Amino acid sequence: MTVYILQRVMRMIPLLFLLSLIAFLIIQLPPGDYLTEHINALRASGRDVDEAEVERLMKQYALDRPMHIQYLTWIQNILLKGSFGQSFQWGRPVNEVIGDKMALTFLLAIFTTVFVWAVSVPIGIYVSVRQYTFTDYLFTMIGFVGLAVPGFLLAMVVMYFSFAWFGLKVGGLFSPAYELEPWSIGKFQNMLTRIWVPVLILGIGGTAHIIRVMRATMLDELRKQYVTVARSKGLSEFAVLMNYPVRIAINPLISSLGFLLPWIISGGTVVEIVLNLPTAAVVLYRSLLSQDMFLAGSFILLVGTLALVGSLLADIALAAVDPRIRFGSVEEF
Amino acid sequence: MASVENGAGPQDILLEIKGLKTHFALDEGTVRAVDGVDLEVRRKQVVGVVGESGCGKSMTAMSIMRLIPPPGQIVDGEIRFHRPFDERPDAKDIVDLAQFESNDRQLRDIRGNQISMVFQEPMTALSPVRTVGKQIAEAILLHQDVNKSEARDISIETLARVKMPNPEQRFDDYPFQLSGGMRQRAVIAMALACRPQLLIADEPTTALDVTTEAQILDLMRELQAEYDMAILYITHNLGVVAEMAEEVVVMYLGKVVERCDVDSIFYNPKHPYTRGLLNSIPRLEDVLQDNREKLNAIEGMVPSSFQRLSGCAFHPRCPDFMPGVCDEAEPQLIQLEEGHAVRCHLYT
Repeated sequence: MTVYILQRVMRMIPLLFLLSLIAFLIIQLPPGDYLTEHINALRASGRDVDEAEVERLMKQYALDRPMHIQYLTWIQNILLKGSFGQSFQWGRPVNEVIGDKMALTFLLAIFTTVFVWAVSVPIGIYVSVRQYTFTDYLFTMIGFVGLAVPGFLLAMVVMYFSFAWFGLKVGGLFSPAYELEPWSIGKFQNMLTRIWVPVLILGIGGTAHIIRVMRATMLDELRKQYVTVARSKGLSEFAVLMNYPVRIAINPLISSLGFLLPWIISGGTVVEIVLNLPTAAVVLYRSLLSQDMFLAGSFILLVGTLALVGSLLADIALAAVDPRIRFGSVEEF
Repeated sequence: MASVENGAGPQDILLEIKGLKTHFALDEGTVRAVDGVDLEVRRKQVVGVVGESGCGKSMTAMSIMRLIPPPGQIVDGEIRFHRPFDERPDAKDIVDLAQFESNDRQLRDIRGNQISMVFQEPMTALSPVRTVGKQIAEAILLHQDVNKSEARDISIETLARVKMPNPEQRFDDYPFQLSGGMRQRAVIAMALACRPQLLIADEPTTALDVTTEAQILDLMRELQAEYDMAILYITHNLGVVAEMAEEVVVMYLGKVVERCDVDSIFYNPKHPYTRGLLNSIPRLEDVLQDNREKLNAIEGMVPSSFQRLSGCAFHPRCPDFMPGVCDEAEPQLIQLEEGHAVRCHLYT
């Protein structure tokens, strides 16, 4: 197991390097950069530009130097100083801009995952043992509707009805009173009363998806002989299900856990914009629009890193529950 | 060898199946997998059930365990199991297994405890993600009043009984770390862990190589004597029957066509189907004398499962077919002599 984890961690290093390179290239691809855009905009509006300030920033981030020097300067600052650079748009260091948003996004991702799993795994198991019954068809239908309806549409529908019927404004994660307050128990409680809306909307697609995956893998496992053997021991049907097919059918889900955060960030952007959430996806979207290169680059790098770390953790979790991976057995069952 | 006729009184009956019908209602029609089977197993007796693939022998076994895969259902008949009580050897509690719901508590108390089963494929009989030991101890914890460490001890002891090398280490191994033969030993240990009165063995050696098969057969014979249990041994291999069984039941298309002791089946077979089966075993002397070029086979094919034949189900393939009789009336199981019954118009 230790060897497996070590190997797995070692394999991450070249991947991380590649990731940083790609993140950097992506933000360099569009012509121009934020600084020149900004200067042009200022000049066009006839205002003075502080040449000294521009000069200072150009120097600091090596913007006048060749690309590989720019990359090295950027990555050096991140690795050695932990500094992701300056967000030109916000006029603040990237670290400050991102920190809070990342934490909220993380929280949202965790809540959504818990919701999705808590709903879809039991339903997936249930419909697999009731294949081709009314309940199975009902959940299949609901699932496909959930998959097909885009999240932002659902968000708007929920917003409309909650306002029209209950007079509630469901946008945002906090009530106005807490919006700018520092973190406190009160603020957290306030968030809990509001977070269920985005969790529900973001989770509905994932729920439908996981019900389908769970149902399909369960149906595969239920046909296998070891299930019959388990029944022949006299175990109750519930014990048979939980200890045998579910133990195996859950594995593909565990291995997909690592991609949750990137999924929330890339898939949830529109929903988060509609719901006016102070999360990372919205910030990333704006930074890309305005070519705020260090902010966008750092975001891509961070999200990518989190995806890699996430899949590392998922792989370790999978190895913990599945001995075939732990012992490196490739035998087909 | 205690054959049927000598001395065994009715109090020795362990399992009696009467008129068992297990049907599968499919869109294409009804498959009569088991279509009126009568069968009897006495205590400590080994009964072999033989027949071609699809004759209903496995489904008979699954019906006893009440583990028929849906949409299969027992539509008629009785499966009377005589539960012996240890404290009162003569007293019996007769239960009809066919009456229970397949997840019934009383049925689950019998399953894996008083009746257990060994399956055909040792490779897939164990869950790959749980240790062998856990899967054995599970049944012990369920049926006996023991704690975890006692269950572990019993499991290791049972593994030792089935001659598993290094049983203590094997207890914590995963199934994929064992060879096929070792896995089948583990499966047998699992079935024997609660010392059942009846062991149903559904072709337990078919998936194994010949050497391993011989070892497993030896083992099962030894254990049968040691544990005083009855075995219902299902196989298509007449050689295995000769080695294992005291009484033999021959099945064809969901029905018992002949039932007798093991010697009669080989030296005095009555039903044309049984004769055909015996004839199709290749004999060494024939090969050596070069007087036969091809293997003998029973004419024709097993009819489609959906087809319902009038009269005797074997008549299209039967060498002794009597037109106007065999394809008209369904033969009954006739008692030719004590302990030898046959379902054929030749003897009416």
